[in-house]
Amino acid sequence: MKKDEVPQDLSSLGKITKEVCYATDSNGKYTTELSSGWDVKIKALDVAWEDIQKRIAAAKQQVENNNASPLLFFMEYRLMDISILADYTGFWKWQIKRHLKPEVFNNLSENKLQRYADAFNIKVADLKSMTVHED
Amino acid sequence: MKIEFEHRQAAHCESGVTSNLLRDISNGKITEPLAFGMGAGLFFAHIPFIKINNGPAIAFRTFPGQIFNSTCKALGIPVIREKFRSKEKAEAFLNECLDEGHPVGCQVGVYYLPYFPREYRFHFNAHNLIVYGHEGDKYLISDPIMENPTTMDSYQLERVRFAKGTLAPRGHVYYPKKQAVITDEQIRQAIKNGIKKNVNRMLYIPGSFAGVSGIKSTGNKIKKWRDKLGLQKAGSYLAQLVRMQEEIGTGGGGFRYIYAAFLQEADAYLPGNQLAEISVMFTKAGDLWRTAAVQAAGIYKGRIGSQEDFNVMGDYLIEISALEKKAFLMLKNIKWQ
Repeated sequence: MKKDEVPQDLSSLGKITKEVCYATDSNGKYTTELSSGWDVKIKALDVAWEDIQKRIAAAKQQVENNNASPLLFFMEYRLMDISILADYTGFWKWQIKRHLKPEVFNNLSENKLQRYADAFNIKVADLKSMTVHED
Repeated sequence: MKIEFEHRQAAHCESGVTSNLLRDISNGKITEPLAFGMGAGLFFAHIPFIKINNGPAIAFRTFPGQIFNSTCKALGIPVIREKFRSKEKAEAFLNECLDEGHPVGCQVGVYYLPYFPREYRFHFNAHNLIVYGHEGDKYLISDPIMENPTTMDSYQLERVRFAKGTLAPRGHVYYPKKQAVITDEQIRQAIKNGIKKNVNRMLYIPGSFAGVSGIKSTGNKIKKWRDKLGLQKAGSYLAQLVRMQEEIGTGGGGFRYIYAAFLQEADAYLPGNQLAEISVMFTKAGDLWRTAAVQAAGIYKGRIGSQEDFNVMGDYLIEISALEKKAFLMLKNIKWQ
């Protein structure tokens, strides 16, 4: 890639920091150039997030239909699978699978709810009510 | 306590951290591309049966930690590294190092990194940054991806040092022991070692999931994605490929440009070995990877999407595979002057 071909399409990262790209100058010598983003990869990231948003929406529906506990929603929201959540909370995977059932979740102790809330970086009240504060 | 330390931005986190940590003992000679090449950073792997974020598991670089390790080993620099079970011990050790005046490399998870925009925060645990001091509860952070140094409080730092999931960092810290300044002869030796190691990794890993044969095999797989996955999911898979290839930390073209820059710098240390010519081949490979990314973007943007378009995409990778194979064979056959 030539230095003057380094793309400058503003990405959401580009608002915070530019990225270093390696590119050649007119003599073919390598140098670095800052890029504020590239349309091709902005769109790639958008695609990834569209998929995630769909999963979050589906999870929310599941919780509202009382087919799953709010854990499912926050797992999707925090991009976690059961094994990541198990690592963060210290619960066994089979325990989490149980807690995904609304009737089991509703009887969880404050202490256990707090462990989930810590893993998701939210408050227990928000965990129960499926409330999201953007961060 | 603040250590004399100059933040310098880099393309890739680990080679950036390596280069920045070695700046003192190398008089600034170990640039990012040199660290990347000595550490044999270039790679390709498409791990079957594993999914990352519901997409294919594709990597363009070696396993985390290897660049720093291999570079220091090749240069004969002793390394201090620790992992911890206890968060308290991890913090105490870090503070001790800082009080002794060592800037320290830290492996961290990206997900709870406070200064990253949300769109970029995934459960990716192989990010690297340097801690170069603390003032009370505030740690001074040099993240090579960022233009400027930043800070984190002890809770934020603990959270990313003890991120969970695949490749969990477990408080992993590392730094080179102080010692005599590195000589040019050491650098030359380390360049040769790094090239040899990278040749082996790209040409001689058995099976067809890694190295140049991995690129070819992924190319062939892509041609089948449309029928196998359906247009939309195939698009998501291609988007994932492009993200691994171009996203923050690759320097563009799936690290091929950094590697080309490495060979060009290496040529100045070891002239007469055609390294400059081979560097041009890697620039071309990087350009081809980017051309392929544009083709992929056409598909996941929904602008194109016929089987023929997938064939073109797959053929790009097959062409890249052949080009990189040729380049690595030339590197392999160098009789060092």
